[in-house]
Amino acid sequence: MKLKVVSYLDKGEFPLGEEEALALYRAMRRARFFDEKALTLQRQGRLGVYAPFMGQEAAQVGLALALKRTDWVVPSYRESALLLAHGLPIHTLLLYWRAHPAGWRFPEGVRAVNPYIPIATQIPQAVGLALAGRYRGEDWVVATSIGDGGTSEGDFHEGLNFAAVFNAPVVFLVQNNGYAISVPRAKQMRVDYIARRAEGYGIPGVVVDGNDAIAVYLEAKKAVARARKGEGPTLLEALTYRLAPHTTSDDPSRYRTREEEETWRRKDPLLRLRGALEERGLWDGEREKALLDELEEEFARELALADAAPEPRPEEIVEHVYKEMGPDQRRAWEVLRADA
Amino acid sequence: MRTLNLVQAVREALDLALAKDERVLVFGEDVGRLGGVFRVTEGLQEKYGEGRVFDTPLAESGILGLAIGLAMGGMRPVAEIQFAGFLYPALDQILSHLGRWRHRSRGRVGLPVVVRAPYGGGVHTPEQHADSPEAILAHTPGVKVVIPSSPERAKGLLLAAIEDEDPVFFLEAIKLYRGSRAEVPEGYYTLPLGKARVLREGGAATLVGYGGMVEVMLEAAEVAAREGVEVTVVDLETLVPLDEDTLLEAVRETGRAIVVYEAMRTGGFGAEIAARIAEGALDYLQAPVLRVAGWDAPYPPFSAVEHHYRPNAKRVLAALRQVLTH
Repeated sequence: MKLKVVSYLDKGEFPLGEEEALALYRAMRRARFFDEKALTLQRQGRLGVYAPFMGQEAAQVGLALALKRTDWVVPSYRESALLLAHGLPIHTLLLYWRAHPAGWRFPEGVRAVNPYIPIATQIPQAVGLALAGRYRGEDWVVATSIGDGGTSEGDFHEGLNFAAVFNAPVVFLVQNNGYAISVPRAKQMRVDYIARRAEGYGIPGVVVDGNDAIAVYLEAKKAVARARKGEGPTLLEALTYRLAPHTTSDDPSRYRTREEEETWRRKDPLLRLRGALEERGLWDGEREKALLDELEEEFARELALADAAPEPRPEEIVEHVYKEMGPDQRRAWEVLRADA
Repeated sequence: MRTLNLVQAVREALDLALAKDERVLVFGEDVGRLGGVFRVTEGLQEKYGEGRVFDTPLAESGILGLAIGLAMGGMRPVAEIQFAGFLYPALDQILSHLGRWRHRSRGRVGLPVVVRAPYGGGVHTPEQHADSPEAILAHTPGVKVVIPSSPERAKGLLLAAIEDEDPVFFLEAIKLYRGSRAEVPEGYYTLPLGKARVLREGGAATLVGYGGMVEVMLEAAEVAAREGVEVTVVDLETLVPLDEDTLLEAVRETGRAIVVYEAMRTGGFGAEIAARIAEGALDYLQAPVLRVAGWDAPYPPFSAVEHHYRPNAKRVLAALRQVLTH
């Protein structure tokens, strides 16, 4: 059976109200702004190793805006846009990428957990978190995200099977950007679409043009609604491309051609949505400039907050290992404190 | 007082925990309808329903991930892994997440998860059903490791583990499941984690062990006593956090120490005990610290000779002679 790739912008369709469309664009533009700033800060030595998401804003923001603030986000490490759009403050995210402990405790009001570094381990945990909501009589949905490479891991399969068996309210977003660092999709799997695997678990699978914010957003909304109604999980595959390196330590010229990158640059999700908005008279250069000024001001404010975080203390290393420090942590704490 | 075996004592603890706190969930492979392959959870699904006590798909990493997510969302999961040697597919969840979430979230995400698993040999289980991986778990920051040595201790320690705000591995010696009965108090009670117990006092040497090795140490102590040699026996009970004070005090009193564990000798938890003794009681020692442990080989699937792998009283007594004649 051939799977259909859901898309609207390519066909000149725009099945979205003005307010929602503008909210999508603003959140995507804000995310891109963060990504560019983060790369600059990293080059200045003011951020640690950073995993940019440039090019994947539609996939992440499209999902985030389909959620309520009471829903949970369980991200992997390339999901800064998803986190920002779900309400994580910029200064927290900066401190996270600065490897500063103050950025590792996400604020209580934000229903998102720290990004996962191991691959696919978040998938079964997202299922558990979703079931916890059901036990507690909450209607929260859990949105979790993974890349195409991650779907080769056992935990991806175990987690999707668990979600199906327990009918868990989870939306699994696969951002298929074509590469697991350097390994192309064709060397990762023999299926044409990852969403096709959904059938193997007995759940719905949907493929969207991941650079079409409207397509991601509308399909994510359907999946979230299904989950909230108790109709179980959905596997949502967004076809997209990472315009930047895997991390600031990576050199994509070793495995991708400039031509390929240029092709995808022309499909930049921001430009596509902006173009469609402009055609409809909903956006223009003036509004763009006003937004950028606003973002610049916000970022300066947030960066100042991040810079004001006190230096971490050496003894923080052994704090929060357990709720109550054990005798071994206590001894280490005394030594580290004396070192300070 | 009535007597229970370890299976019954653990079941009673689970029953009481399920009754006391509706956030407690019991799940794993075969724990629901069947009541577990050792029948530890027998009758619990009927009593508490399929929502509270349930079977999962056959996937250990999924089980651990599910437990972590449930705890993240405010539940108190008690997961069963059918045999401790089946924990290995779940090691990424354990090493990368279970013990690390509180630390990496700087205290926001604490995980009150209990993972129960039968461990150890001595009952002719099939291959790979008799492993003792406690050292791997104890080498994981952020988790606690508890190994009870009797039904009465198991009940109170498991209830304490379920009340604990951090992840606890609760390993149950298969040999003890139906191997002996003991008086177990009725009703809900907890025993403190992180406390070692001195079961017997004698001046000749100190035997240190836990779980299924405690009865082996006590048997050796009894034989030695008949020959006029009185030894101290320490049951660690909690490997992490370790009660170093009780351990060192017991060793300083006698000046001789033998550490008994059934996992493979090299890199086993007994090596950690020996190191702690070297760091904290060297000046008191009159003989080298000896280890009586499993041999440096996989637990043997060959039932006719497997009893040569697991330490017994005879091997403990041989070590005792060695430290006494040093």
